[in-house]
Amino acid sequence: MARARYSALGLLGHGLSQRRWSRVWRDHDLEPSYDVVIIGAGVHGLATAYYLAANHGITNVAVLDSSYLGGGGSGRNTAIVRSNYLTPEGVRFYDRSVKLYENLAAELNFNVMFSQHGHLTLAHDDGSLRTMRWRAEVNKLEGIDSEIIGRDEIQRLVPFMDVSAEARYPILGALYHPPGGTIRHDAVNWGYARAADALGVQIHQNTEVLGIDVQDGRVRGVRTNRGDVAAPVVVNCTAGWSSLVAALAGVRLPISTHPLQAAVTEPVKVFLNTVVVSGTLHVYVSQTARGELVFGASTDPYPSYSMRGSLEFTEELAGHILELMPSIARVRVLRQWAGLCDMTPDFSPIMGITPVEGFMLDVGWGTYGFKAGPVAGETMAELVATGKTPEMIASFDLARFAEGRLVGEKGAAAVGH
Amino acid sequence: MFRIPCPHCGPRNRTEFRHIGERGSRPDPRATTPEEWRGYLYGQRNASDWTAETWYHVAGCRKFVTMDRHTLTNEIRPAAGSTATVTDDGTPR
Repeated sequence: MARARYSALGLLGHGLSQRRWSRVWRDHDLEPSYDVVIIGAGVHGLATAYYLAANHGITNVAVLDSSYLGGGGSGRNTAIVRSNYLTPEGVRFYDRSVKLYENLAAELNFNVMFSQHGHLTLAHDDGSLRTMRWRAEVNKLEGIDSEIIGRDEIQRLVPFMDVSAEARYPILGALYHPPGGTIRHDAVNWGYARAADALGVQIHQNTEVLGIDVQDGRVRGVRTNRGDVAAPVVVNCTAGWSSLVAALAGVRLPISTHPLQAAVTEPVKVFLNTVVVSGTLHVYVSQTARGELVFGASTDPYPSYSMRGSLEFTEELAGHILELMPSIARVRVLRQWAGLCDMTPDFSPIMGITPVEGFMLDVGWGTYGFKAGPVAGETMAELVATGKTPEMIASFDLARFAEGRLVGEKGAAAVGH
Repeated sequence: MFRIPCPHCGPRNRTEFRHIGERGSRPDPRATTPEEWRGYLYGQRNASDWTAETWYHVAGCRKFVTMDRHTLTNEIRPAAGSTATVTDDGTPR
């Protein structure tokens, strides 16, 4: 379907006219069969659908979501994008994602508001500093802009931060990653949805998968609250609920679902130009273009599917962030929320094939799924289209847990470690 | 925040406890297969439902406490078949 492309002039004209903006993807009746069914209409599911259509010409694709588009982790994360991971596999993978994000607005004809204003990870002790040196060296070998900086440089980048030796947790240095930054996560979801829809992909919201049909070790289709759908390929892109969905196909995943909470303050004049992360203090903060401070922390320390915020989280978060930036003590928190993270034992994702032929996984994304959305979609689309596992995701297979080939990313993937 | 009825200390804040994990049996390392052992290491139900769990009352009596918790609502009830009875308000009987 041809759809009008957005242009600066067109947007200005439409804005001035005060007319309503039309929806950028369509609703459909559920058809009895598709070539590919993708479960989960978040950034991973939508990106997989988009790249299937755009790179491989496979357009008879349905993306099913039990709720609304981008309502899970894709709309609840803190929108940070970076590639300064610890393992070479991780670094290469996330770097490809950053590259895709850099060109995404032009490719999708949708402004995703990617702002590469830099990413700082603070070290408060020798152990963290040592891991960061290691990370910086791995990053540089892979061609990623990443370096250790001292207190003077940190103070220059973030003048409001307390870098004094008198702080409770004095800052010893930081890993500085200039290409890191933030993006408008809803725009990424909507942009992929619009582009996939324009190529013929069908997006079905409020369509819950109740069962997955498996016969003779092959997937045959899915059963939903809107009827049954036959499909030779079913891709699980469901984040927090991934182990429940995989269990429908009889596949057991080594996943534990934890809530991750975040909070946002009232908008204030822009003063924070980089993303600041402190593993020791279990907190990260960035400022949006509108001026709100966005905070995140580590996952709740017990598994749960509850998405209710808790006062203990806000209290701890405030205490920690004020250790770093005492001057924001009067800024008020507007709201807080939680998303669900499917944590794996090694803090790396699970991607690729399963013992059930045709049933594929793009799960286990824990606390770092959003930044990997584009590259996960690109590689999963390649896997579905060619039947061959791309080199880049080969080490993230499900079999690694049985074969003892874990890809330990905890030192760079998690805030609380 | 939810409270956990400790059979020894009564209802206490969740932050006093450390989550240990789903209850299950540990296979004998000398008699198990690698598949079974990995299932024990990495496998959990991770259900969105009532789950039998062990918590450690780290900032209290430092005893291990078993209970059933609903992972969607964080409601807690005494472990099924438990002999350590807990009354409705969580006080030990």
